[in-house]
Amino acid sequence: MAVTAPRPVFEIEGLHIDYTTELGVLHAVRNVSLKVHEHESFGLVGESGSGKSTLAMGAIRYLAQNGRVTDGSVRLSGVELLGLPASELRDLWGSRIGIVYQSPLSALNPSIVIGKQLAEVARQHLGMDKSASMTRVTEMLTKVAMPDPEAVMKRYPHQLSGGMLQRCVIAMALMTNPSLLIMDEPTTALDVTTQAVVLDLVADLKREFDSAILYITHDLGVITKICDRVGVMYAGEFVEQSALYELFKRPLHPYTLDLLGCVPHFDPTPEKRSLVTIPGSIPRVDELPSGCIFAPRCTFVEDACTAARPPLAEVAPEHLSACLRWQVVPPPAEYLRESTEAVRVAQTECGLPEVLVEADGAQVHFKAPKGVIRAVDGMDLEVCVGQTLGVVGESGSGKTTVARAIIGLTPATGGAIRLHGRVLQPSSSKRPRATLKEIQMVFQNPDASLNPTRTVGDAIMRPLSLLGDLNRQQAKQRAKELLQSVSLPVSYFDRLPHELSGGEKQRVAIARAFAAEPELILCDEPISSLDVSVQGSLMNLLMRLQAEKQTSYVFISHDLSAVQHLSDAIAVVYLGHVMEIGDATRVLTPPFHPYTEALLSAIPLADPDIKQKPIRLGGSVPSAMDVPAGCRFHPRCPRFLGDVCATQEPPWREVEGDHRIYCHIPLDELASMQAETIVLADRAGGA
Amino acid sequence: MARFILRRLGFMVLTVILASVVIFWATTVLPGDVATMVLGRFATDKAKTELRQELGLDRPVAVQYVNWLGAYVRGDWGTSPSMDAAVRPVVAERLRNSLMLAFVAFAMYVPLGILLGLIAALRKNTWADNLISVGSLAFIGLPEFVSGLILIAIFSIQLGWFPSQSAIDPSSTFVEAFPYLILPAITVALTSLAYVVRMTRSSTVDVLQMDYVRTANLKGLPPRRVLFTHVLRNSLLPTITVVAIGIGWLIGGLIITESLFSYPGIGRLLLFAIQRRDLVLIQATALLIVIIYVVANLVADILYAVLNPRIRYQ
Repeated sequence: MAVTAPRPVFEIEGLHIDYTTELGVLHAVRNVSLKVHEHESFGLVGESGSGKSTLAMGAIRYLAQNGRVTDGSVRLSGVELLGLPASELRDLWGSRIGIVYQSPLSALNPSIVIGKQLAEVARQHLGMDKSASMTRVTEMLTKVAMPDPEAVMKRYPHQLSGGMLQRCVIAMALMTNPSLLIMDEPTTALDVTTQAVVLDLVADLKREFDSAILYITHDLGVITKICDRVGVMYAGEFVEQSALYELFKRPLHPYTLDLLGCVPHFDPTPEKRSLVTIPGSIPRVDELPSGCIFAPRCTFVEDACTAARPPLAEVAPEHLSACLRWQVVPPPAEYLRESTEAVRVAQTECGLPEVLVEADGAQVHFKAPKGVIRAVDGMDLEVCVGQTLGVVGESGSGKTTVARAIIGLTPATGGAIRLHGRVLQPSSSKRPRATLKEIQMVFQNPDASLNPTRTVGDAIMRPLSLLGDLNRQQAKQRAKELLQSVSLPVSYFDRLPHELSGGEKQRVAIARAFAAEPELILCDEPISSLDVSVQGSLMNLLMRLQAEKQTSYVFISHDLSAVQHLSDAIAVVYLGHVMEIGDATRVLTPPFHPYTEALLSAIPLADPDIKQKPIRLGGSVPSAMDVPAGCRFHPRCPRFLGDVCATQEPPWREVEGDHRIYCHIPLDELASMQAETIVLADRAGGA
Repeated sequence: MARFILRRLGFMVLTVILASVVIFWATTVLPGDVATMVLGRFATDKAKTELRQELGLDRPVAVQYVNWLGAYVRGDWGTSPSMDAAVRPVVAERLRNSLMLAFVAFAMYVPLGILLGLIAALRKNTWADNLISVGSLAFIGLPEFVSGLILIAIFSIQLGWFPSQSAIDPSSTFVEAFPYLILPAITVALTSLAYVVRMTRSSTVDVLQMDYVRTANLKGLPPRRVLFTHVLRNSLLPTITVVAIGIGWLIGGLIITESLFSYPGIGRLLLFAIQRRDLVLIQATALLIVIIYVVANLVADILYAVLNPRIRYQ
């Protein structure tokens, strides 16, 4: 092995990075080492605050003024970067080191056209003149499969979609065929379908270019699509490093094991198990435990763990773990069986008498200066008592707007919203109190939905006093019970939102939603902005509360793997219209609507054994002001039939039970084409 | 873009009309009788009544207002009782003088303000930044009549470089007037400098933290190029707006400086009109200052839109 091993392109050894802050010196990254070879991609995984971006940026010596590399060595193709004079370092940036950033829109200068921004790299590092550099940009844009590169070069960043912009940034990073390509969450800001296209592109470019890739992400699913080796970071250190498949199938550190357990398994059957929860939170780097940094949260902890910090050691060939007890770390499947419980066992059919809330041809049209925005354009949805309806679709699909129409925040301009069969007033301001009490909402961003000047207690007590008939003392008592029910300490009653973490704030928002004892809670991307482990614990919480109180949910998300975990029924929406709806199991098994099929093919699943057929959507969701004729999905549909699709509205095809598909293609044809969209591996294997 | 400008123009006209109502109302409720002021205290009641009829002062206030505004729009700004001359040529000449003063001041504080603001931003939280920030703030706090007097004491009395008074012939050319413009221009520039410095500093500090500046740096571009191509283009946008609005503010705010230096500009004319209770002159001058202010704002808005592609191509 050692003889034939290629020389690593990028090597970090014993790197330490400090930040000088008001709290003193923080050791943000400690004793970190990694190697990336040519054509190889190394995945840097960790939750927020784990130090993964600091590590990458510090290694190439781009740190904030208060940041400093204090020790270690970083070599790029054998050249030591630490101690290199600034001018030489600048010659490496942009030429030997290319970088792709999280948000392409903010990474590009808003007031310079794309072509010029990309050409700068060629002019700076390849010594090209204006016309040669423009030719080079056209070439590069063609390589990243950009349609009509010449037109794109004349555009300003805000005139392009996120996926197009990210291609531009990738083209810019690869302009000089760099030795190292750093990709910092490059698809996090994109839609699932666009993410899939960009990930395919990166996989292709990896073969074409010689670059070693350092891929930073929090998303375990994305890792499986791109990376060869993976390093898991926790509170500024690596806890585990290994080849991709090994890491997912036989992790040797409890933190990795827990992380894998936090992510919902893709499973179309109705039986669901809870997700693994990791108690506590990532320690701040100035409050690290003296022994193993994960010990306070670890299931396998013993006395020796807290005595001294175990080093990252090679415990199996090419497999590094910083766990003393790596030998007792069980295989994931076994661990999941023991540490989670069955939360849903049988299939629950939604019969007509049980329907709680129904949207019947709901329509939300906005008048704009240049036309009508058809945000929600005739949606039919049913939510059954005690069940969850998952609503999934790309951004711009109208999923949030329909929820706002149900609760009356954005009044529906057509169709009907019914609660227990009675038609509701479109606007919440005209609905009686008793109705308002029955429908509550949890928003995506708890920072924006909690008043920063009101205590947690106040926030929860407000619906109690507005919608309930409790006096102050009773309301206070009830609020404290609610805090306990969302697993927060009662002492949080007097805290202000800024004293809470993101996950805790969302728990408060959930407690507030439950305060009025509603029949329905609309959850609008409630977990999207949170870390993997926090997402898992919130999903567990939502499921537990539903089982206790028989509350119905509408769970809106772009994340199909979260939706499939939580939902009894799923509605797939596109451009203001439902494309497919029905019992979750049936929606997730063929036949699919072609749009559902594309979504299923695009979701990054955290299991390298699952095979997905690559079905990719071109372009992006059209403007709701300009809805295509016929089937509104036809311009992007991979299974486009021809004129019928472009001219005639598709029929609703009944599949089985309440499962319906809005498509021209006959069901048996769909089913036969779609047998291999997602192939789950043998679930007993892997361990 | 055309819609945007039309909308802004509409707002502008509305603002001017509202201001004209306030100006007219304020001047009519001022104590003092026009007829008495014109004809003297010993005039007969009959003569006063005739004059009031002649001036239309016996008619309802609303009618008077409409007549006044109509005449103003047509260019008939009336005759000043105190100067016994047509108002418009006098105001026009004084406005020209104020614009000359404003121009010289502008040419001093805008480039200097931007330069100091940039230095402060690039050397954020160092002694240079602190010195610039505190220094420019001190000048905001210092009233013009104090800073002006200090300047006179040093540069004209002690050093004898510039004249201490600028009471030039109102019809002087720019070249003739120039030596007299320097001290008042510095006085004005000192108060406005701090706004430009602070605006440039804060927007540059913001832009320096933007992701696209990180992108530009990590492209390996030389720092100078990052600054000129990527930072300035975006950070000067808000500064331009402040500067354009400042022009309007400058014209209206020249009263003290012009009086201090006896400079024949529009500010001093307004003060003169107020002292003489010359309502016709007050109305004409005040409304003109409002119009200049509103136009400057409009220009600022349009400039911002033109320079910012995100607004240009919406």
